[in-house]
Amino acid sequence: MTTDHGLNINNLSMRFDLPNGGSVQALKNVNLNLKSGELMSVLGPSGCGKTTLLNIIAGFLAPTEGEIQLNASTVTGPSAERGMVFQQGALFEWMSVRENVGFGPKMKGTPRGEIRETVDHLLDTVGLGDFKEKAVYELSGGMQQRVALARCLANDPDVILMDEPLGALDALTREKMQSLVLKLWKETGKTIILITHSVEEALLLGERLLVMAPRPGRIHREYRLPFADLGVDQDLREVKKHPDYAEKREEILSMIWDMEEEIMGRMEAQS
Amino acid sequence: MSIFTQLISELLGILATFVMVLPYLIGYVLLIMLTLGIWRIVRRFMTPKQDFGALKTVTFGDESAVTSNSAASVISIALIFVLWGSFTGSRWLPSVLHMPGAFQGEAGFSYTIELPDGSTQDATVDVVVFGAGETPPKLSVDEGAQSAKNDGVAIQAYRNKLLKWDANDEFSRKDGAKIIAINGQSIALDGEVFVPNLRVAVTPKGTLNIEPNKGVQMEPIWLPAPEAVKDRLVEIATAGFKNFMLVEHLGYSLFRVIVGFFFGALVGIPLGYAMGLSDWFRGWFDPIVEFMRPVPPLALIPLVIIWAGIGEVGKIILLFLAALWIMAIAARAGVSGVRISKVHAAYSLGASKWQIMRYVIVPNSLPEIFTGARVAMGVCWGTVVAAELVAAEKGAGMMIMVASKFQQTDVVILGIILIGAIGFAIDMLMRWAEKIMVPWKGRG
Repeated sequence: MTTDHGLNINNLSMRFDLPNGGSVQALKNVNLNLKSGELMSVLGPSGCGKTTLLNIIAGFLAPTEGEIQLNASTVTGPSAERGMVFQQGALFEWMSVRENVGFGPKMKGTPRGEIRETVDHLLDTVGLGDFKEKAVYELSGGMQQRVALARCLANDPDVILMDEPLGALDALTREKMQSLVLKLWKETGKTIILITHSVEEALLLGERLLVMAPRPGRIHREYRLPFADLGVDQDLREVKKHPDYAEKREEILSMIWDMEEEIMGRMEAQS
Repeated sequence: MSIFTQLISELLGILATFVMVLPYLIGYVLLIMLTLGIWRIVRRFMTPKQDFGALKTVTFGDESAVTSNSAASVISIALIFVLWGSFTGSRWLPSVLHMPGAFQGEAGFSYTIELPDGSTQDATVDVVVFGAGETPPKLSVDEGAQSAKNDGVAIQAYRNKLLKWDANDEFSRKDGAKIIAINGQSIALDGEVFVPNLRVAVTPKGTLNIEPNKGVQMEPIWLPAPEAVKDRLVEIATAGFKNFMLVEHLGYSLFRVIVGFFFGALVGIPLGYAMGLSDWFRGWFDPIVEFMRPVPPLALIPLVIIWAGIGEVGKIILLFLAALWIMAIAARAGVSGVRISKVHAAYSLGASKWQIMRYVIVPNSLPEIFTGARVAMGVCWGTVVAAELVAAEKGAGMMIMVASKFQQTDVVILGIILIGAIGFAIDMLMRWAEKIMVPWKGRG
């Protein structure tokens, strides 16, 4: 099913040569359609191509087969309509918090006063109202990721791509940030793709949850979940008490566990 | 003899020297331990510090617990000056601290000669030792009544003098007279005896060689006293040295460094950027840069002199080359060191290539460039002094080179101190600039 609106991934394959003469099939025949405003989390064992998929959507990599369309136009390179949030270290440490968040509008040539308004509003939204003039290296890891979220939102992209944005945070900060992501999703209505290693995070944040399998990288299974909607107004710890939650968690965990086992088995067979 | 055996014998000579120096090194270390012991005792009477570091129980092996002790630094520098003054008899030190200096004043001894007929006669030698720069005193010697007349001799400190004792005698060495004893100690040809404050030797030809005691202080020609260096500083600063004022000598050296470094950075930084951003430029310049980098700039001095002469242009070309490769490599490292996620983020925020350059790559490379600039300034300063040592009309290196030819050791030492101080100041300045300009260094 393809529509003119939203993000369409059509028969996407990615295969690249290795220096030793072999080749890797990182992705094979991936088809996906994301409606505007959907929040999808992507889960899978390492090597399943989820970061490759994200990089292709962002326009950093060109696929060997297939194409990606956003609002009916084909993706050929990075652009401001697809914002990225990285795990860490993607902030510009030579700029203040304010300058980081205002970077996108400034590149577009937005008038200063307008940038200022946007930045002030966004920093207040992510809870960094008191840290606007600080240098980013003075902030904690969690605060830095708040800046990264605000910076991405300041550009008003159609799609936000998140590559394990909370992966480097401690458990408590991570939980707070998960609530923030949900809040921002609801307030802005952005389409979000979020890659994560954590099954819990994928369950809590994914309106849709995509489980990918490795070798070749492909979509293994897709879920539609109620937890993200629940989490918008509820404490995430309450959401976790939901009876379906534990069940789904066990199901997905054992699915990924089996995949990992299989990879290990194949590696042993090879050696 | 093969090169190998030659090197072995050289090595043995060096080892022998090292063994001779070793006791002094050990003594120095013991002195350091002694001051440490004293410091520990002194500290007991001071209010103890209660900062975090002072409360650590594990300090041995904890790098962060070892900070430079400023008391030790002060003592160390003070000790250098005390040793310097002590071994040069500095007026700045109380004479109690002076090492025994060269003997000055009156001394004397008697000698016994034996005539061919076996009879002996005694005579005396009066010795007056005068300081360097003083006029030799006139001696009035009572020659005495005996046929071997008494002698008198004036000797400058640190020098020695041959005395033809028989010049005024009624018979001479040609007649077969020879010295058999000095102050009653028997002596043969080519022998020596020590009398108070003097060493007296008989040469193979039978004359006396009188050498006053030199003590253990350094002669000013080897090491001038600190106040002599200071006086020389005042003199050179007001009157100049070899046609140029001190300010001109130092100013020209600094000028060469700054101009050479400036052009090196002007060309080197864009070159490094090009190498970091384009595989073609990288491939083109990699072999050149990697080859030129290990060539010490000093090795280029002869070629630069052949090509450009000894004027300013040649020096600046040399310093340009010294700075160029360092700056190019620093800029290249700065560009290569940019985290790809920063570049990706900037592209996803809508930045153009030019904006990526302006807002991401350049600021990201600044810390590396500053580090490179610090190294390059240090190398340039060393190179300019060396180039001036080889050939120059003015400059800090020329100053000490010319001074050494005229044995003006005080100027040489003054020059070394000034060169060190300026090099240190340059480094401090660069560190300060780094702190101001790239506060995010190492925080990314």
